[in-house]
Amino acid sequence: MSHLLSIEDLDRAGIERILDRAESFAEVSGREIKKVPALRGRTVVNLFYESSTRTSSSFELAAKRLSADVVNIRAAGSAVDKGESLRDTVQTLSAYDPAAIVIRSPHAGTAALVVPWTDAAVINAGDGKHEHPTQALLDVFTLRRRLGSLEGLNIWIVGDVTHSRVARSNILAFGGMGAKVTVAGPPTLLPRGIEQLGAAATPSLERLHEADVVYVLRMQQERMESAYIPTLREYAQRYQINSARLRPGQLLMHPGPVNRGLELSGEAIDSDVSLIGSQVQAGVAVRMAVFYELLTVPA
Amino acid sequence: MNKLFQRAGQTAELLIAGAHVLDPRSGIDGPHDVLIKHGQIAEISPPGSTGTAERTLQAHGKHLFPGFVDPHVHLRSPGQEYKEDIASGSAAAAAGGFCQIIAMPNTTPTIDALPVLESVIAQAQRSAVIPTGVLASITAGLAGAELTEMAALADAGALGFTDDGKPLTSAGMLRRALQYQRLSGGVIALHEEDPTLSGAGVMHEGPVSARLGLAGIPSVSESTFVARDAALALFEGAAMHFQHLSAKESVAALAAASKAAENLGARISGEATPHHLTLTDEAVYSLDSRFKMNPPLRAEEDRQAVIDGLRSGVIACIATDHAPHARHEKEQPFEQAPMGTTGSETAFSAIYTELVKPGVLTLELLIERITAGGALYGLEIPRIETGQTANLTLVDLEADWVVGQDGYVSRSGNCCFEGRRLNGVVELTLAAGQLVYES
Repeated sequence: MSHLLSIEDLDRAGIERILDRAESFAEVSGREIKKVPALRGRTVVNLFYESSTRTSSSFELAAKRLSADVVNIRAAGSAVDKGESLRDTVQTLSAYDPAAIVIRSPHAGTAALVVPWTDAAVINAGDGKHEHPTQALLDVFTLRRRLGSLEGLNIWIVGDVTHSRVARSNILAFGGMGAKVTVAGPPTLLPRGIEQLGAAATPSLERLHEADVVYVLRMQQERMESAYIPTLREYAQRYQINSARLRPGQLLMHPGPVNRGLELSGEAIDSDVSLIGSQVQAGVAVRMAVFYELLTVPA
Repeated sequence: MNKLFQRAGQTAELLIAGAHVLDPRSGIDGPHDVLIKHGQIAEISPPGSTGTAERTLQAHGKHLFPGFVDPHVHLRSPGQEYKEDIASGSAAAAAGGFCQIIAMPNTTPTIDALPVLESVIAQAQRSAVIPTGVLASITAGLAGAELTEMAALADAGALGFTDDGKPLTSAGMLRRALQYQRLSGGVIALHEEDPTLSGAGVMHEGPVSARLGLAGIPSVSESTFVARDAALALFEGAAMHFQHLSAKESVAALAAASKAAENLGARISGEATPHHLTLTDEAVYSLDSRFKMNPPLRAEEDRQAVIDGLRSGVIACIATDHAPHARHEKEQPFEQAPMGTTGSETAFSAIYTELVKPGVLTLELLIERITAGGALYGLEIPRIETGQTANLTLVDLEADWVVGQDGYVSRSGNCCFEGRRLNGVVELTLAAGQLVYES
């Protein structure tokens, strides 16, 4: 594999291989000196056209823990602000001969689009509402660590599926690892045809008790402004995941950042069924494993 | 008044010897010699029986058709000449076998006033390789708020009216235009789309858009406006043409309306593009912006309905919606890239390869529909008959080519068929008696 653009670039064995390696990198992250020399002398460019806290910081840390030199570019304050095209930006940065370009964009297909313009390995750190493959990997990693396997697991993804790249990558990744996936949310926020990705779709949380894992998506204020939902209040009433809706034994996940009291209640976030902290922690080890897979393993 | 404009040129003196001549309207289907004198078809006779001409072209094994007519091209002039201009766009059409084209008015500025129209016509008279007609806009600046001086524009040479690229959202405004049409004449051609349903959509809404996370344009965005506006045309007894139909519901609405029109003094017609006839939204999985156009590529069942409509005659003609864009504009993520594909150079070959060769459509039907685009604007359909002006296209159906491999005649290369191997190579085009293209 030379790029990671979509979770579909990986089959089950490929995902397992990356996660196995992530386990050993997780061990590195537990050491006092959290560094291995795998990418010494090589350069990683993080090119973020959209704001990000955990994804950008964990890619940066992952590259640094592999001893790479890291350049972080954000659209705001860069030549992009001055109207430079994506192609020109990527070709300019490629002049530094980076081993990898990590790219986040508000537009679907951006990571794939830049591949012909650079010799670097391209890693999709989120492209519009399309995909977020490393998020899917770290979510699978988190569940696998907790439960051993995803085989036969019943996973519900709840919320604004239409506008979620995490939902799309995770439906495919969870399904690929043997889980049964259901998406639930307001009918206005479940895209027509989503079932063809291999998930059941329902506007009702009535059968939420069947879930082993409840994966909650972020709800945004803008959805109310464009009439996808009447009010955030009604959304919270119908779809908020809280202790009244969760049954004992169910695990709770969220890609962050959370709107406390909207899609998730505060007590649910802080409860011991929440894996949200483990997800963030997994981010660095899994992204180290992705760099390792792309940059050191011969294709 | 002749409302087609082209540069001055020499009439052809040519003998096309032995080609398989096919013109369904004239009832010719077989090998003939076609002698062209002073740009006119002087003689159609058995192969080998014709004498000599200034130039003889041996064309055994090739097909000679009446010249194609494209009622829908974007020549981008004035204002966007970096994408295309009248010279390059008309040359691209000639290379695709077209002998007449009709240009859309969504230029910069819009062709919505006499000085703009007159300058476009003057430019066509200087540089159009083939006869070129021009539509003026229905509303000033395509803004949907004020009617243009339709009567004056028609008198000055506009063939008809359209706000193509944008829908006329206000039914009331459209009704006024249809009423005013009784004074101005000229067909009103419509790009149908309800902006409140299309929203920020960039492709057909369905499983593919769900997978890609792209905002969808539902089929009903088009079909509800087709139904609404057809009702207005029937009510006003107007002449209305629906551009680039893409959805099965739209074809059904057009079928119902054109039937009703017969009794109500209205004329309602529709066109289909080569890309909607041959491609579906599955192509968008690639996120290649060449497959981004408006209306979008739709589902297989929509494609089948458009094919059925073309076959039955509900859809009267093929139109390319040739929409050139510069490379740097299309070289962007799918959501940001502008909508449109070029089509002039590939129209015949794409449909021939994808629909005629597999037996979905007959060659006769393709020729009938790809030559009919001017009729709705009152233009005579090119025919292969003695005494007719030479509007002819010579095609080698046995030869094939890879789209884009040798570049394009158009100034832009945003062709949705790029890289495809297509059958049917246009070798020669005669338009209005002039030799306008030779490969």
